[in-house]
Amino acid sequence: MQVTSSVREPLITGGKTLKDVTHDISRQVEGKPSMLWLLALLVSVGALALGFIALAATLWEGIGMWGLNKTIGWAWDITNFVWWVGIGHAGTLISAVLLLFRQKWRMAINRAAEAMTIFAVICAAMFPIIHMGRPWLGAYWALPLPNTFGSLWVNFNSPLLWDVFAISTYFSVSLVFWYIALIPDFATIRDRATGLRKVIYSALAFGWDGAAKTWSRFETVSLILAGLATPLVLSVHTIVSFDFATSVIPGWHTTIFPPYFVAGAIFSGFAMVLTLMIVTRKVFKLEDYITIGHIELMNIVIIITGSIVGIAYITEFFIAWYSGVAAEQYAFVNRAFGPYWWAYWSMMTCNVISPQLFWFKKIRTSIVLTFILSLVVNIGMWFERFVIIVTSLHRDFLPSSWAMFYPTWADVGVYLFTFGLFFTLFFLFAKFFPVINMFEIKSIIKSSSTKQSK
Amino acid sequence: MERDKNFILGVYDDEDVLMDAVTQIRKTGVKIHEVYSPFPVHGLDEVLGYRRSRLPIAAFIFGLIGTTLALTMQFYMMKFDWPMIIGGKDHASLPAFIPVTFELTVLLAAFGMVGVFMVASNLKPWGQARIFDLRITDDKHVMAIDLANNASIGEEKLADVLKLTGATEVNKKSFE
Repeated sequence: MQVTSSVREPLITGGKTLKDVTHDISRQVEGKPSMLWLLALLVSVGALALGFIALAATLWEGIGMWGLNKTIGWAWDITNFVWWVGIGHAGTLISAVLLLFRQKWRMAINRAAEAMTIFAVICAAMFPIIHMGRPWLGAYWALPLPNTFGSLWVNFNSPLLWDVFAISTYFSVSLVFWYIALIPDFATIRDRATGLRKVIYSALAFGWDGAAKTWSRFETVSLILAGLATPLVLSVHTIVSFDFATSVIPGWHTTIFPPYFVAGAIFSGFAMVLTLMIVTRKVFKLEDYITIGHIELMNIVIIITGSIVGIAYITEFFIAWYSGVAAEQYAFVNRAFGPYWWAYWSMMTCNVISPQLFWFKKIRTSIVLTFILSLVVNIGMWFERFVIIVTSLHRDFLPSSWAMFYPTWADVGVYLFTFGLFFTLFFLFAKFFPVINMFEIKSIIKSSSTKQSK
Repeated sequence: MERDKNFILGVYDDEDVLMDAVTQIRKTGVKIHEVYSPFPVHGLDEVLGYRRSRLPIAAFIFGLIGTTLALTMQFYMMKFDWPMIIGGKDHASLPAFIPVTFELTVLLAAFGMVGVFMVASNLKPWGQARIFDLRITDDKHVMAIDLANNASIGEEKLADVLKLTGATEVNKKSFE
């Protein structure tokens, strides 16, 4: 019954049937965990535990534990915050924007990419919360709650407050979008399971019945959520960039920031999706679902967004010169040729030059090279945020207060903590949740799968 | 015979065969209870004669509530309850209120719509579905016909119709 298009490359290889899809994805959830998985989880939990020492020390002693000084008030914390939020953006882009554009190749990767979004946003949100110093009082500083000062409200003119609303809305809407799509797949596992697993997945499946009426409503909900999530994801990194752009610090006060940050976010996010998916497809033997074609398409997104980021770097420099403002010009010359030149040129190499290698088909269809370059892009994007934040601050308006930033063990440890948290959550997800959206794959198996060999 | 208890089920392997079957069966005057599928079949709701979902309207209304709530809150807090001079700007600075207004609009629209969807489709944690056939979450489409609603046609004839339209199996299912 299957029809293979002669125009498009098949999205699913290996002549899979509907039953094969159910089996291939559900067996990861049902089978005993592999040694490799246990080892990976152990390393992640180890990083989490080790990082927790730094986190606890920071909460106990205060953020004086970090390498911040009176000139550089923001450094690794906000760098990590922006980096993690940026990584999250690819998940929403894949699941919402590509849904609106009817890009069916998203179906193999959207579940894991959305999970990545949610975990990355959790890691991101940790940094501003810790940076409050006394996070247990933070609710009064961040949310408009009635308080004993009269009520003295939060400042709605501040981009930092906009961030609170943007990040929390982004997190909760992404979570709902992700969970709604998980319900039918939990029902699949429920209907195959017995015993305790059946009890657990019954609870998670919310009483899904698969009726045509429910599916019809479900499709409507998905479409509207995608429509809402698309401007939402663009707004989130725009608002993150406002944290800098609305200030009057040379190097931050630029109108190019919102589009430049959004492109950078998608760029780094796709790199992280590639890092995770290349490992996941190998470990869980999902090569028929996440094909070289998928990897190639993601690499093309990386070329595009990487080039946008590259143009933004050059535009920034041009505008700094063209503005004729000496402070602005100095900020940029100092970025490239000052004491932090190595950070700037690491960023340029990793973000502007390395993704251009994907113009070669051999490179963008090579799994090993893609994996390496995806790590390079992630490193580059961390440096981008570090460069923007630290180099713009470290030589401020008074040369007598010029300083350098040196991270302490607590800076490194808290960053390690978020890595541990992210990978622990991701590995737990990969084992106990269906990593590929089964029902979406089933809906395209007739039109986009290779012919059955049987 | 009591309604909503005894069903005859047609099992279909292929979504296109199923779509034709639904069209043909409805033409003969049989009332289909519901069709259960492992994945969304595009156009199935139309051939079944379902109305378009009104969930977008729910989303719009909840979004509107979000917008109103956000603007009211910000103007009340910043302009009326405790006006403060911040950077010499106007207390009521609409442009500065747009980001939070947008976020709350999206938040309420999304949560409101999903809430309505869950109530309408009876989805809740620990919810129990009435399962006609375990394979409907795997690889089979199942058309359920309520015997009580089609008493005039008769069970045997219904089975024939199902088989004739391409059902690979015809089963019976009763619920207490």
